[in-house]
Amino acid sequence: MSLAVRQDPALLETNPPLVQGKTGYHDITDQISSIVEADTFETPMKYWIALGITSSIMVLLLCMLAYLALTGIGVWGNNRPIGWAWDITNFVFWIGIGHAGTLISAILFLFRQKWRTSINRSAEAMTLFAVMCAAIFPLFHTGRPWRAYWLFPVPNTDLNIWQNFRSPLIWDVFAVNTYLMVSILFWFTGLVPDVATLRDRAVTKVRQWVFGALSLGWRGSARHWRHYEAAYLILAGVSTPLVLSVHSVVSFDFATSVIPGWHTTIFPPYFVAGAIFSGFACVMTLLLIARWLLNLQNLITIKHLENMNKIILVTGSIVGYAYACEFFIAWYSGSIYEKFTFWNRAFGPYWWAAWSMYSCNVFIPQLYWFKKLRTNLWVMFIISITTNIGMWFERFVIIATSLTRDYLPSSWGYFHPTWVDMCTFLGTFGLFFTLFLLFARFLPMIAISEVKGVAAVERHSFAPETATEEVH
Amino acid sequence: MSLVSIKPKVPSGPKYWRSLDHLANTSEFREWVGREFSSEAPLMMDGNSRRTVLKMMAASFGLAGLTACRRPVEHIFPNSKGVVDYVPGQKYNYATVTSLAGQVAGLVVETYDGRPTKIEGNPLHPNSLGAATALAQGSLLNLYDPDRSWKVLQGGADSSWEKFEAFAKSMNLGDGSGLRFLSESVVSPSLMALRTATLKKFPKAKWVEYESFQRTAGRVGATMAFGQPVTPQTHFDKAKVILGLDSDFLGLDWQTPLPTKQFSSRRHIASEEDLDNINRLYAVESQFSMTGANADHRIRMRGSEVKQFAIDLAVALGSIPGMNVLNNGSDRRAKFLASAVKDLKAAGKDALVITSPRQPPIVHALALLMNETLGSLGNTIEIVKAAEEDRVESGPEALKALSGEMSSGQVSTLVMLGGNPVYTAPADTQFGTNLAKVATSIHLGYDPNETAAMSKWHLPEAHYLESWGDAVSGGIASIQQPMIEPIFGGRTASEIVALISGSKDVKAHDIVKNYWLATWAGPGEKSGTSHQQQWQKSLNDGIVADSKPVEGLKLTADAKKIAAAVAAEPKPVVNQSGGGIEIAFVPSSQVWDGRFANNGWMQECPDPMTKLVWGNAALVSGATAAKIKAGDGQMITISRGGAKIQAAVLIQPGHADDCITIALGYGRTHCGRVGKDVGFDAGPLRTTDAMWYASGVEVTPTGERFVHATTQERGLAEHLNERPLYREVNVSDYKSNPKVIEEMSEVPKLHSVYPEISYAEGNQWGMAIDLGACTGCNACVVACQAENNTPVVGKDQVIRGREMHWIRMDRYYVGSEDEPRAVEQPLPCMQCENAPCENVCPVAATTHSPEGLNDMVYNRCVGTRYCANNCPFKVRHFNFLNFHKNDPEIHSMVHNPDVTVRMRGVMEKCTYCVQRIQETKIQAKVEGRRPIKDGEIKTACQQTCPADAIVFGNINDPESKVAKLKKQERNYAMLAELDIRPRTTYLARLRNPNPELEA
Amino acid sequence: MPRQMDIEQIKDKLGIGEDKVYAAMGAFETPEELVKAGRKIHEMGYSKLDAMTPFPVHGIDDAIGIPRSYLGWIVICFSITGLSTALFLQWYTGGLQFIQALLPFGLSPYPLVIGGKPLFDFSFSIPVDFELTVAFTALSTFFGMWIINGLPRLYHPSMNYRNAHRATDDRFLLVIEADDPMFEPRKASDHLRSVGAQEVEVVIG
Repeated sequence: MSLAVRQDPALLETNPPLVQGKTGYHDITDQISSIVEADTFETPMKYWIALGITSSIMVLLLCMLAYLALTGIGVWGNNRPIGWAWDITNFVFWIGIGHAGTLISAILFLFRQKWRTSINRSAEAMTLFAVMCAAIFPLFHTGRPWRAYWLFPVPNTDLNIWQNFRSPLIWDVFAVNTYLMVSILFWFTGLVPDVATLRDRAVTKVRQWVFGALSLGWRGSARHWRHYEAAYLILAGVSTPLVLSVHSVVSFDFATSVIPGWHTTIFPPYFVAGAIFSGFACVMTLLLIARWLLNLQNLITIKHLENMNKIILVTGSIVGYAYACEFFIAWYSGSIYEKFTFWNRAFGPYWWAAWSMYSCNVFIPQLYWFKKLRTNLWVMFIISITTNIGMWFERFVIIATSLTRDYLPSSWGYFHPTWVDMCTFLGTFGLFFTLFLLFARFLPMIAISEVKGVAAVERHSFAPETATEEVH
Repeated sequence: MSLVSIKPKVPSGPKYWRSLDHLANTSEFREWVGREFSSEAPLMMDGNSRRTVLKMMAASFGLAGLTACRRPVEHIFPNSKGVVDYVPGQKYNYATVTSLAGQVAGLVVETYDGRPTKIEGNPLHPNSLGAATALAQGSLLNLYDPDRSWKVLQGGADSSWEKFEAFAKSMNLGDGSGLRFLSESVVSPSLMALRTATLKKFPKAKWVEYESFQRTAGRVGATMAFGQPVTPQTHFDKAKVILGLDSDFLGLDWQTPLPTKQFSSRRHIASEEDLDNINRLYAVESQFSMTGANADHRIRMRGSEVKQFAIDLAVALGSIPGMNVLNNGSDRRAKFLASAVKDLKAAGKDALVITSPRQPPIVHALALLMNETLGSLGNTIEIVKAAEEDRVESGPEALKALSGEMSSGQVSTLVMLGGNPVYTAPADTQFGTNLAKVATSIHLGYDPNETAAMSKWHLPEAHYLESWGDAVSGGIASIQQPMIEPIFGGRTASEIVALISGSKDVKAHDIVKNYWLATWAGPGEKSGTSHQQQWQKSLNDGIVADSKPVEGLKLTADAKKIAAAVAAEPKPVVNQSGGGIEIAFVPSSQVWDGRFANNGWMQECPDPMTKLVWGNAALVSGATAAKIKAGDGQMITISRGGAKIQAAVLIQPGHADDCITIALGYGRTHCGRVGKDVGFDAGPLRTTDAMWYASGVEVTPTGERFVHATTQERGLAEHLNERPLYREVNVSDYKSNPKVIEEMSEVPKLHSVYPEISYAEGNQWGMAIDLGACTGCNACVVACQAENNTPVVGKDQVIRGREMHWIRMDRYYVGSEDEPRAVEQPLPCMQCENAPCENVCPVAATTHSPEGLNDMVYNRCVGTRYCANNCPFKVRHFNFLNFHKNDPEIHSMVHNPDVTVRMRGVMEKCTYCVQRIQETKIQAKVEGRRPIKDGEIKTACQQTCPADAIVFGNINDPESKVAKLKKQERNYAMLAELDIRPRTTYLARLRNPNPELEA
Repeated sequence: MPRQMDIEQIKDKLGIGEDKVYAAMGAFETPEELVKAGRKIHEMGYSKLDAMTPFPVHGIDDAIGIPRSYLGWIVICFSITGLSTALFLQWYTGGLQFIQALLPFGLSPYPLVIGGKPLFDFSFSIPVDFELTVAFTALSTFFGMWIINGLPRLYHPSMNYRNAHRATDDRFLLVIEADDPMFEPRKASDHLRSVGAQEVEVVIG
């Protein structure tokens, strides 16, 4: 089972080795651990500067949330008819980003994609942090956040009213929380053997204690590994449908409503594709930054990046298809409300949002048909950014432009964001990058044991052995 | 039964006042309050800073502590049946009466523990018939206005009633040669009597009546026509064909619900013959009024051109022989005129030609003459003897004369009884400057307004809900009885007059009661117990027991005289473009002449046509906007003669070209926190010779921009763009195919995947709204706000799109930009049986009641706003902020104790007035679980609707009015194709256009 | 003297006593060697074998005779529990059962008609059913795995092996445990050396 794949020499010629440079087991351990074990001054200065900036933006977020909670949703631009605006847009945006992590880890794992090993740890971490950012919005977009616990099935003696399980929003609560929990377990499980490695290398008392505690006394016993791998496989197995379900459920928030532009059956696949699309783009951004900040060129190779770009191209095209499909169905439905909504989406007061979304999500990624661009670091960095801008706009377009002009012209309205809207959204980026930078510095950002596994496989000598094992 | 018997049991006002009594009595507090309310106070009050507001509250309820709102000492009588004893917390209804611009409306006021909380129309009063106008209902909030004038001022400094009384006694008025009274239209018999007495005592004294919107032209015109002081009385219910010459009888021309009642009575369709009785309305007007919106045919022309149209009409009808129609107008005008004439002639005695107080007397004379020609005089319009109030010097000219006397120093003592002449007087009277020349100027005023600031003495006036009085209209007199003792220690006009003239009755109650007892007893007689009973009955019913409506006179108009007058008129230019830009002044539908400026409800009540709130605008047609090079929200300078004002343009489709309409009553400088500097004051352009229309004004764009707050998105959204939401059809088409309305939208066969929920049992509440009857008068909007404690959110929140009205009045334009029609559609919650809002609430905060109500559980709501998003009608309203945060304490007195005041962060919406439903259900249960009678429960909007367009009831009972209406073919549900099954359905509007013009 | 010897040996075998033997351990450079050596040792008849490796070495379970993981069976039970919990939760809180007695505890939901839909229906319970199933599965997997592995623990005798810390870095250790029936310290060490293990030790602990 798992990592080891029969090595086809032909394949090997076309595929350059995934782990380059000095690849003795000890070298791998050294290189990855050295980031964690480095003294403050050994860590590049640029890292500390980056951390300073992001953490101060995170503080801004906290201020905004406090202001919101004390004053009311009115400090945001939401209004009637646009009851949801940036808040839910940001929620869906972050949740979407949060999908890539688990996808890379779980799905690529199940599909035996070895190239995942050097990126899955950071991708999982990214998932966690993105979901944390996302969770902020459903909580604080409620008019009375201090009552938000009513969204969970807890007995309430004052009213004896329970949750309404017909509501997609309650499905959301379950989906998002399950997803957050499973992601944490998955991430932590993968982390334990590496923490054990760090524990055994630890020289300072602090590290001995911290890593000692986190490693749960892991010692790499073969008896443990078998259960460990079973567990990892099961977690990967459940994460895969889970990750698909989460964004489907999020899309139900809209798909099950009666609002033209929301009430669409293609939403679940369309949202999932979009999520993978934005998620990969975000991983790309982060890896490129980490690669540059922490000099990981030989572990995060162009090959990894190119593969991801291919996925971005595919998912981007799927999203483009979904857009086209929406317009067709709107026209085909013959419903005046549907027709108007989509006309309004492209040419109404929010045309600018719609067109920035089309160009960022559909047109620009088409550049990846060219290998030259696909493998150019600058190009992929820029496209990874534009993709995420485009995906943010997608959510905004779906939410705001559908609400802005629905059935009764008398209730039409327009949304203007306030400075609080903007600072809150900016703040979540502060939180996200702060957490990510801390993770990248204080925990092994690359799965040591898995990389070793791949390295081992790449020494062909080992392959036939496992081959025979795998056959019977 | 007398309510007085229970007086001893009543606590002296709610607790929080009592608790402050002792504080309020300490000298420190008094002087602190003094400081608080010094002349700088208004400035302090402006900011909504928590601190100032808190101080304000402390002060205002401290004051309430001083003269708390105790039950009046005099006897008042509840209008409700069978009250044996007073029960605290129980609501009581009292009949009273109010008047605005000399028009009288009988009211029933709901009170809790001596707090008036809701105003309804008095069903027994012929001017109200159970309905109340938006302004009448809004007047309730004035009672609790924290910025009301609350103490006597002498030259701006604190004084007291004692001091003033002493001063009044000390005044040596002699024969009254220097004494002048300036009042608003007096409709109170007792005050008239007092006035007569006073003028007898001071033979040289003069009494002038002035209102910003006075109906003098009609009287003068009628007098011109019939050679004696008479006034016309219209009966719209008898008219089959109505032609309004600039008349806005459904809107601002009348301040009683009567015309709407009468007009819409012919638009209720229950049977075949009703279809034939539908009236037809032709409107000739400059601004797009509500009357124009309800007209079957409307032609727009500048106000100054209406006179020529009237002349042509009269000529065409043959009222004025020996003249011919001046037809150099547009073909449209000619066509309109021709077919209108034909139609009117056909209608004969069922026709009605009516004009507006804003038109000159000659037009009124012509209108009467035409009615005579048509034979409708005596049927649809009656001539009655002018009431006494119409006989004193009144109107702008009288005011100008008075002002002249003031400047020439002939006036030593000017007593201004109510009103705000400094603000409302025409510019050319220079009333303000001349007021300074008067040695002793005494102003009795409701709030410390512009006039108060310039008077030597300012006296707080009592609100009509806290003072005794009476009013007469068309022979029907009513007693105005207070529900509450003057909160801020105000007094009435009659009390002031009594004080100055030194009559023996000085308290309003005595003045009124003794007047009536004397009248009943007859001259010289002593009043007996029978009269006491009569008094009690009058209070109970709200109309004086033996008062009879005045009957019409048989008179013939002096056609020759009118013809001569017409001939004397200068030949006008009829073609649209001539004569430069004209400006038209109209009363504001929200703040009237500015007296409601500090009233949050009215400021936020959308104007029926423009949907504008918190301000006025220079309304122009699209063509004119292009001509003056200023579009929506662009500031322009309008100058006339020396005067100039600035205002922001708002394009009003269907407005007459080359004409600007601007509502008066805005831009108040001395006003409370709500109304200060809201809108633009057009007063400076208004002169006695041009009270309504002034031609030849200069308009120049300033280039600045201004943000209007409208409750409906402008532009595309004003048009229905082919959506079958508001449905109307011509009577003829409806007759030929009654299914036509149903066919307007294609509803496929709908079936749910889930088993149906049965609503076959018990009461199932539903509502039917007759769009044919509804005129869009906004009465329901204010009624709902008052009944359901809906917050006022303020201009910037409205701009953000967060207004809270539970029932909104949607206005759509139909047809071309230049010649559109407008339709109005009241929109409460639809109470869908398959409510989309319920499905999506994660915490089940909105669920369905067994009686089919879509209930909102405020204290369960966490505020996700998902329900509002999923409401196809967007009738759910979210408390984005704590909108009650800055309410002064005194405002909480207006709240309906049966309805929760919602906190921030929760959703709210129309409940079909569930508190009223429950109240009646409990009542029925108490009375032995009897079934609830149809019509026993009335929602607030339904109860006040002057057009009876809203019908609520049990749809399970086939005999109920609502069930019957829903059976009509006109009945349709909005967005039925979504299978939401709304309980609120609409009855399509039947238009009755003239086939000739329709082609 | 010999008697004493016996007692010592019994002590060793029982793993009691202050200096009992834990196992004989040897290190290899590569996983390939480890697997080969492991199989040889296993064929010699040793049954209580273990390996300590920096990453899961494939084939080693089979080579030294470690059975497959049975974790899945435990997890499936919890998955079913999760599904039924979800169904019960939604069915009960839908208000189909109104139990007066539970009212004071807030445990007796009212039957509320919402949007014209039934109190409970499978169709709208699916998403939550799925999520709770997944949640229970994941939790049971995670905790189940650690419990079966007897982790976390602070001390393990294998830590006394000189190069134990390299088992998480670049060494592949083979362990012949002392409670193996045919374990005898010196012989076991020799066997390990014979299959090419380095740094062979008898680990006491």
